[in-house]
Amino acid sequence: MQTRRAFLNKTMAGALGMTALDQLMAKGVISPLHHSPKAKRVIFLYQAGGPSHLETFDYKPRLAEMHLKPMPESFTKGQQIAQLQGKPLICYGPQLGFKKFGKSGQEMCELFPRMGSVADEVCIIRSMWGEQINHDPAHTLMNTGSILPGRPSMGSWALYGLGAETEDLPGYVVLMSAGRGGQMQPIAQRQWSAGILPSKLQGVKLNSIGDPVLYIQNPAGMGEGLQKESIDAVGALNKAAYQSLRDPEILTRVAQYEMAFRMQTSVPGLVDMSKEPASVLETYGATPGDGSFASNCLLARRLAERGVRFIQLYHRDWDHHGGVKANVTLKAEEVDRATAALINDLKQRGMLDETLVIWGGEFGRTPMSQGGDGRDHHIKGFSYMMAGGGIKGGISYGATDELGYAAVEKPVSVHDFHATMLHLLGIDHLRMTVKFQGLDARLTGISGEVVKDILV
Amino acid sequence: MTVSGQGPVSFNRDIRPIMSDTCFRCHGPDKAARMANLRLDLRDEALRPNRQGLAPIVPGNPTQSHIIQRIFSGDATVMPPLASHKVLTASQKDTIKRWVAEGAKYEGHWAYEPVRRAAAGASIDGYVPKRSPEADRRTLIRRVALDLTGIPPTPEEVDGFVNDASGNAYAKLVDRLMASTRYAEKQTMHWLDAVRYADTAGFHGDNPFPAWPYRDYVLHSIHENQPFDQFTREQLAGDLIPNATARQKTASAFNRILRVSAEGGLQPKEYLAKYAADRVRTTTAVWMGSTLGCAECHDHKFDPFTAKDFYSMKAFFADIKETGLVADKGPAAWGSQLDLATAEQAAKRRELRAALDAAAALLANGRGSEAGVVAPEQAAGRPGLAAANTAATTLANGRSSEAALLKRNESGELRWVYQRPVSATAGRATLTVYNDEVPPMANTPKLTRPGDGLVVASGANPENETYTITLAPGAGTWSQIGVQAVQDESLAGLGVARGADRLMISEIEAELLPEGKKLRFVLAASGVKVQNLDQNPMNAIDGAAATGWGGSPYHDGVLPFLALRLSEPVATGAHSRLVIRLRHDTAYRRATAGRVRIALSPGLAAPAMDPAGRRHEAVDTGLPASVAAALKKSADSRSGDEKALIAKVLDWTDGSRQELTLAWTRAGAALDAFELGVPRVMVTEATTPEETRLLRRGNFLDESGPVVEPAIPAFLGKLAVGGRATRLDLANWLVSKENPLTARAFVNRQWRLFFGVGLSKVLEDFGSQGEWPVHADLLDYLAAEFMDSGWNRKHVTQLIVMSQTYRQSSTGSSDLDPDNRLLSRQNRLRVDAEVVRDIALSVSGLLSESFGGPSVRPYQPEGYLTALNFPKREYAASKGADQYRRGVYTFWQRTFLHPSLMTFDAASREECTVNRSVSNTPLQALVLLNDPSYVEAARVFAQNTVRAAGTAEARAGWAFRRALGRAPTAEELGILADLYQRAMRRFDADPSGARAFIEAGDAPVLPGANAVELAATMTVTRAILNLHETITRN
Repeated sequence: MQTRRAFLNKTMAGALGMTALDQLMAKGVISPLHHSPKAKRVIFLYQAGGPSHLETFDYKPRLAEMHLKPMPESFTKGQQIAQLQGKPLICYGPQLGFKKFGKSGQEMCELFPRMGSVADEVCIIRSMWGEQINHDPAHTLMNTGSILPGRPSMGSWALYGLGAETEDLPGYVVLMSAGRGGQMQPIAQRQWSAGILPSKLQGVKLNSIGDPVLYIQNPAGMGEGLQKESIDAVGALNKAAYQSLRDPEILTRVAQYEMAFRMQTSVPGLVDMSKEPASVLETYGATPGDGSFASNCLLARRLAERGVRFIQLYHRDWDHHGGVKANVTLKAEEVDRATAALINDLKQRGMLDETLVIWGGEFGRTPMSQGGDGRDHHIKGFSYMMAGGGIKGGISYGATDELGYAAVEKPVSVHDFHATMLHLLGIDHLRMTVKFQGLDARLTGISGEVVKDILV
Repeated sequence: MTVSGQGPVSFNRDIRPIMSDTCFRCHGPDKAARMANLRLDLRDEALRPNRQGLAPIVPGNPTQSHIIQRIFSGDATVMPPLASHKVLTASQKDTIKRWVAEGAKYEGHWAYEPVRRAAAGASIDGYVPKRSPEADRRTLIRRVALDLTGIPPTPEEVDGFVNDASGNAYAKLVDRLMASTRYAEKQTMHWLDAVRYADTAGFHGDNPFPAWPYRDYVLHSIHENQPFDQFTREQLAGDLIPNATARQKTASAFNRILRVSAEGGLQPKEYLAKYAADRVRTTTAVWMGSTLGCAECHDHKFDPFTAKDFYSMKAFFADIKETGLVADKGPAAWGSQLDLATAEQAAKRRELRAALDAAAALLANGRGSEAGVVAPEQAAGRPGLAAANTAATTLANGRSSEAALLKRNESGELRWVYQRPVSATAGRATLTVYNDEVPPMANTPKLTRPGDGLVVASGANPENETYTITLAPGAGTWSQIGVQAVQDESLAGLGVARGADRLMISEIEAELLPEGKKLRFVLAASGVKVQNLDQNPMNAIDGAAATGWGGSPYHDGVLPFLALRLSEPVATGAHSRLVIRLRHDTAYRRATAGRVRIALSPGLAAPAMDPAGRRHEAVDTGLPASVAAALKKSADSRSGDEKALIAKVLDWTDGSRQELTLAWTRAGAALDAFELGVPRVMVTEATTPEETRLLRRGNFLDESGPVVEPAIPAFLGKLAVGGRATRLDLANWLVSKENPLTARAFVNRQWRLFFGVGLSKVLEDFGSQGEWPVHADLLDYLAAEFMDSGWNRKHVTQLIVMSQTYRQSSTGSSDLDPDNRLLSRQNRLRVDAEVVRDIALSVSGLLSESFGGPSVRPYQPEGYLTALNFPKREYAASKGADQYRRGVYTFWQRTFLHPSLMTFDAASREECTVNRSVSNTPLQALVLLNDPSYVEAARVFAQNTVRAAGTAEARAGWAFRRALGRAPTAEELGILADLYQRAMRRFDADPSGARAFIEAGDAPVLPGANAVELAATMTVTRAILNLHETITRN
């Protein structure tokens, strides 16, 4: 394969202009795509901490009957357990009511009525399973398909394959919000790292406090005019150096300074939501500048409109070892309205068809109680919700056993999930690889199958 | 790419890479994945006809060879199969066919063959005959200085070299650079990537652990040019070396600085498996240039490593004393550690301990009654304390003081009265007093009680701050003042402070109004559990701004309480005001109290002896309930803890013991302050080895696999040791001449530092999926030189940088060999992240050079650590000279590496990294333009420029030369002078902007500077620091 540098070396002596260079850099490596894509971008509403599937999407009447009875050992024997190690395992019935929503009659927790109102748009997967029972490695698996640090995150892979559609924003943006319950697990930067892929593919975090993008703000006293003149002077000096050295890296540097300046001018406008109509703010439940999940959902739509390829919102606060009822209730207040608003908003703008929306966390929670009113980490079965971008709406897929313990019907692994996501983006997960340590590294490791039944 | 297009086909160079990529997955070493019972990596197997009688390979006869038929097949039988998504190119097919025609000669894989010694007189340049001319001297000195030391030459050094007519000018330069401590710093940087050195644990809460003395070890080892074989032994097994020195034990931190987890609910076995696998991956990548990671779950697909090899390697490390769940706080935090007190420090420690013991003994004598001064375990090995305990028990003089204490408590004399301040102000922060109002709270569950005197800080959050809280206590006489810190989830500093990772009150002052009388404190005491070494209560009344009292109580639910005893009781009237000042002047930024209450006590009330801290009640009785209950028991029915508690309370409340208590408390504070300066490091401690089993498919739950003993990979030989082989045996084998891998791996990495790419490009994998080295003979020549010179690291480095191959120009044509693998010119390299920083600091004149020491914290954007938790963290940038240290000393927070370093591709060091990528991104532009470190560097650079030159051109020229070691061209000078004029015009119109611009950073502003001129010059120096050339070595 010809390297970019080699290509540039050959052509740069000619008159390849800046614009051409920009386009070249933005291009993905999978070109043409492996097949016709259904989704152009992804918005991943990542519910960090491990939402209880039993109080959101997976109603288990049998578990209610078993409430406070010992968990049958046939379920748990030899299985991994987190904080309940060495403790009695007691069934804990669903703590919240469920309802059927929409024409499709999808069953969801009644505290999520607005998400219920878009039930016919979404597919609920009730048979997800994972391999890592602690937060840090579980996040890493969900984001990179591996538990070893250094593998690219799914957003980086998407950007690697498809390239960027925007020239003044990063192609992969990460947003983060905190819940009001205070059960906030840390999330390492590695979750949006480009790993072994070029670092320009890493996720860029947009912050709700301080500079929205690190170092986007000019130093105190430096006005926009002089900043522009400074960048122009740096560009002129770099181009002068290029004239004598003919090193294409110099031209890339010039282009990157220009892009940096464009980011400086576009990001403040992007994050300034004060001009959004009051009705829109109301629909999402967003208050500009509050850094909430609702504001981030609205911001996600704005990013999607501007061509950002992969948008990941982390909402932290789902680690409900205690008080699962009260805490899921609190979370429902925070996410129900905004999630539904985002799906509706995308639909109204004609963007839902080409935007894959994903809702889920790093694992689920035990059918057994912890500390009397909470649930421990659980990896054998949990739920995900997907919508838009080639996903069949109004369906449920897979199932856990009668107690909500293990995914028994049509289990979906993390790799299957990734394979499906890439498939919707027009990429065959088996054929997007990079060489690393002697292996053809890919997002899906050594397994993964597209879940065809949930596709349009 | 391959070197030769024609000539005979070489299996290693031409065939193995193709087969490894397309055939070995199913027809290679992994027996579990093998298809059709066919193995192509071994000649005998590949020639053996199958059951149908078809011979896969018939040497010399491609048409009879079944594999040739299959790879040229036009239908569904084609190999590799369509489903594999692997396709052989026409030229690859032809190469295989030609190889079979030439006799299908196999070769052992190059990396596992013995290192071939070169003929006498060999040299690097002999292997690279086609070279470009030598680079000009300005380019050369900048190149070699950046490569060897990471610091660019000054213009004076450049001129000195350019004008040095002696024949050995370059050799002298190299010698000077390599002898400098800067050389050790630069080399250490790379080694730290390989051994995944960091300052934090990496998983989950990612808390800091004591690692930096290991970095010092590496710095000194490299500076002294310690032979690499010994360097290897000390790191893998320093603790096992007979009579190991502290330095050798420190080296063994190598086994401990990996990512470890303190996440509650983890399964210890799973994490012990993770830790062991990390050690195998790191050791094999660094020393063997091999990727064993995949053998954790299955036999290697492409190389002869088996799963058994992986677990046999793992077994070497099974003696390391460790736990799966690694405590990140408390006395057991981080496991085995080494105290690195110097001889001088050890003597000082003895002295301070003796003084403390003596004070304790005196106090015990003064006590008379209660048994024991301190808990028996504290007295162990401390004769002074043991004697004191004995004295205390024998000198019993009745229980009169105890009875009196109970009486005083019941009379209310000991009560603490929480005050409702009449006002509270701060320098910049907003203080709000909540009396009957309910304060806002982020805690769960939410409490809705009134504030009852709670002072809450909000608004501006400066680094240092003084709170002034005015009380109207009414009529009374007071002997003590108490300060209670209240926790809330909303507070970034561990729930107790507004920032930093602790609360630090440097000094507390009190003044009586209207008299204007300053009150004096004699004694301070605090809750036991919140007291860290640097938070001794006495620090709050020692008159020193640098030290303070505080706490990092996160998660233990205590309310830190500080009790201060006045030198004499103070009387207040109905209109008196007591003004309390809480100063936060330590080096910790924003270690300011988030929420406090002030209490007064009329008598000598007990301090917060309750381990849970002092609970807030509007009026509390004085004695913690636990103490009062203990006092009511008979002496012989009290537990040891209760006795000790009573003794402490009496020390405080019994007037006759005041002086003794004071002396004892001060001695304790002095010892604490001293201990803070004694470095500690995690080290390896050997214990009985854990049984190591082969885990099938890497599954830690499956314990049915066979037990394995420590062993090197079987195909590389067998260790000749009696009994169980140790880490030391492993180290000895790694640096033995029987092992061809270590030397090759080292010199290959070393080569990369000076050319940007290794002789074999894949630095961590010499296996068949790696790259056949472009100059295999050169690699072996260097490997042999390395071993034969006694593993002399500097010798190899010197061979490389002295070669003409290294010294050649980087400007040659690139069309024929765009990646320059043939080395017909030098490469242009963007410098590493740390060096990007080092260049700005050194060019600007800010660089603070001191060799070694604890990690430092450059400025970092606020809020960068918000996604961290357990505890919540806010960053406190270093002050003074520590702000300007080289990048290698930056505090390495694994999950959130400093963003400027990360943006320039520094490794997070969560995993062994031997090959950083080099990117070129818009975020890098933002760092160089706007990161305060670089803005401050531009400013100090400008200050030096203004001092050195007067006109726009002269300034631009001076600064340009300082940064790049060459004079600007007329065009370049014109661009800079133009920028200067533009900046002058803009700042002339906006002088306040100019003033704001030149205030960037902590460094002092040039006295008497003309702000507009300085800002304009700074615009120019900032542009220069942003040039591609500035961060590139050509």
